[in-house]
Amino acid sequence: MMFRRQRELVCQQAVELVTDYIEGSMSRADRRRFEAHLSSCPHCTAYLAQMRSTIQHTGQLRSQELPAEVREELISLYSQWRTGSS
Amino acid sequence: MGRPRTTAGDNELLEGLRAGNEEAFVALVGRHNHALFYVARSFVQSDAIAEEVVQDTWMAVVRGLSKFEGRSSIKTWLVRIVINRARSTGTRERRVLPLSASEAAVDPHRFDTNGHWITPPEYFVEDAEDRVVAGLLSERIRSSLDNLPESQRQVVTLRDVEGLDSKEVCQLLAISEVNQRVLLHRGRSRLRQDLETKFGRVQ
Repeated sequence: MMFRRQRELVCQQAVELVTDYIEGSMSRADRRRFEAHLSSCPHCTAYLAQMRSTIQHTGQLRSQELPAEVREELISLYSQWRTGSS
Repeated sequence: MGRPRTTAGDNELLEGLRAGNEEAFVALVGRHNHALFYVARSFVQSDAIAEEVVQDTWMAVVRGLSKFEGRSSIKTWLVRIVINRARSTGTRERRVLPLSASEAAVDPHRFDTNGHWITPPEYFVEDAEDRVVAGLLSERIRSSLDNLPESQRQVVTLRDVEGLDSKEVCQLLAISEVNQRVLLHRGRSRLRQDLETKFGRVQ
């Protein structure tokens, strides 16, 4: 009996599948194929780690605190709302 | 739908808000202000306009408090308001970018004809735990985000800065799941490439 064998992934394909892999949107077969490639390719493994790291750092973007006067304004608006609605 | 970690806290804050608790309001602003800024920034042309949009949003939140029914998470509600405000302020001009090779996650010249790496990714994340390095990375990401095509920037900001899930982002931007994933992939890939270009070095 012959099993149809899928061709192995190459790096250039693997880098295009990284998001699908991280998002968990791959079929089980595709996932296995992707992981098989990673296990034999340190460069693509590094690439995946870099993508994860990029996502993590993007999640840490911070902006300035609200200016004090805006904060005060918001609080007073909120107080008005509170008085108005009670 | 939102992340349980923030949803639980947000619901408590909402209770506090409705009960007239000023501290709850300050806490809500403190928790969401920075992410709303980046969402606004992904739609408008300058930091100053984005700041105004966010301030308007908080005003709208206070006025709309009694109308919020809690059917979506507070975060999604806030993001929806910020997007509406940003859109009515006038979205930024579309940047026209060359579409050819730039849509590949990695420059095709970095692979041989069989698709194997010739120029493998250069190392850049060694000291990511270091605060100074992390600060530099964030700074770079911030300017890279600004240079992404509009739709990529919006998706990456909503997913990775604001932390919404894919379903919420699809609804907010009215795009399909597949489209969302493609935009996310292209956007993230470009951010990674920018970090490599700026900080990478051959080991």
